[in-house]
Amino acid sequence: MTELLLFAIPASMMILGALIVVFAKNPVHNAMGLVLTLTSLAILYITLNATFVAMVQMLVYAGAVMTLFLFVIMMIGVDKPEQSKEQIKGQKLLISGTLLLLISVVTFVGLENGFNWNLLFPQSESSFEGTPSLLASAMFTSWVFPFEVISILLIVATTAALALAYEFKKSDAND
Amino acid sequence: MSVELILAFVKPLLGLGLLLTNTILLIWLERKVVAGMQSRVGPDRAGPFGILQTLADAIKLLLKEQILPMKADKAMYLLAPIVALVPSFLIFMIIPLGPGFDLKVGGESKFINMVGADINVGVLFFLAISSLAVYSVVLAGWSSGSKYPLLGGVRASAQMISYEAAMGLSLVPVILYSGSMSMSKIVESQAGSLSSTIPIIDSIVRFIPNWNIFPQFLAFGIFFIASIAEVNRAPFDLVEAEQELVGGFHTEYSGFRFAMFFLAEYINMFNMCAITATFFLGGWLGPTFEGILPPFLSALMPTLWLGVKTFGLLFVYFWIRATLPRLRYDQLMELGWKRLIPISLIWLMISAIVLAIRDFGLPWS
Repeated sequence: MTELLLFAIPASMMILGALIVVFAKNPVHNAMGLVLTLTSLAILYITLNATFVAMVQMLVYAGAVMTLFLFVIMMIGVDKPEQSKEQIKGQKLLISGTLLLLISVVTFVGLENGFNWNLLFPQSESSFEGTPSLLASAMFTSWVFPFEVISILLIVATTAALALAYEFKKSDAND
Repeated sequence: MSVELILAFVKPLLGLGLLLTNTILLIWLERKVVAGMQSRVGPDRAGPFGILQTLADAIKLLLKEQILPMKADKAMYLLAPIVALVPSFLIFMIIPLGPGFDLKVGGESKFINMVGADINVGVLFFLAISSLAVYSVVLAGWSSGSKYPLLGGVRASAQMISYEAAMGLSLVPVILYSGSMSMSKIVESQAGSLSSTIPIIDSIVRFIPNWNIFPQFLAFGIFFIASIAEVNRAPFDLVEAEQELVGGFHTEYSGFRFAMFFLAEYINMFNMCAITATFFLGGWLGPTFEGILPPFLSALMPTLWLGVKTFGLLFVYFWIRATLPRLRYDQLMELGWKRLIPISLIWLMISAIVLAIRDFGLPWS
């Protein structure tokens, strides 16, 4: 019962947040909906004993990334409600129809293949805990090569972003 | 009901009461200290030494009309003060207030730790939750539908992201040095006194406590500066700069909603000082005078030591506020990105190399 509640409350908050992201008209409300989703996801990680991942999720996504989102929304002044006029005639109907079809297909296939609804906490008996030391020892021994490759990838991306944003002065030689 | 369940309710309630009482004291203390530094008297009407002034102010704010601006975004406007309070209460729950004690319930003894939740990633929890505090400022500024609050909100988001990076980076060497991310383990690692392998230095150094501030002095400096910026105190109070922004993000707030922002700011300040004391000044460690004092008092000594350290740091906060002028916006950004972050990165590397040599020996040996 406790486990079900611990799952159901964050999960429903998550879905609520996702719905706000999609349906709210104001970009700031959308961003806050996303914050709700990301925070609820962090709570779900905690229920799965992955405290480290949960904290990093809060720190990176809910903390840094979303603050930057909000900052950009406010800075470039797109915080006006968006137009709800249809660009293509009947687009809302078309999209809701497609979505409904998709959901029914997935449900049908799931039910046909004997989908087990008791999937909550399949490994809740395991004593594994996502402590930083366990994660670090895995990351820096067996997975050290992918880890370093990812760090190089991130540095390359940062440098590329800098190169794109930086205005190289062409007239330096003439001055 | 199990003891754990009762504790889960009692601990947050105790924390809430402590923080609220503490805030009343803190606001009075700040006004008195700053007044003393500026050769003024400060509050002296309500109660002895004016100590009830804050209580009177709180009652006034509670009874005031709460104005909702016409152009405000209603949902976000009402949400912002709540978002301000939640992280400040959450952070307090991970600060270890003492070593814990044994409680006898119905014949069986049970260990009770004096911390709301002793999680093994306490440092990360602190950073994650304090990064949520920025939402309240940004949302309040944006939702007020007025230009000065918006400016305050935009400033806040830039400032808090910048200094959060420096703050997080300055904590990494401390984690490396202590060998744990758990707050109570960090406190325990600072027990005893400093020791050195050189006998002459050792005889002097033995009288200095083994606090992180001595080996990690640079990290302490960076963390202290960044923490002042993180709680938006002078000289980093550009977010609410009264002279330029008429109060910044809380301009349009009145009554109890304004009081909630104020409360959150002071609780954040207290938390930040308590956490600084925990990371760098040995937390609750200190002489307990066991045997000299009655056992009840000597059991309270650790908490008292943490209080002394925290209020000492708070005094420095007030002192800085009374003496330093506010930074200009470009100076603020430059200090954060061009000074604090590079220094903390270099310090992290130096600490890592020194610790690696200490633990694994020189690379050629």
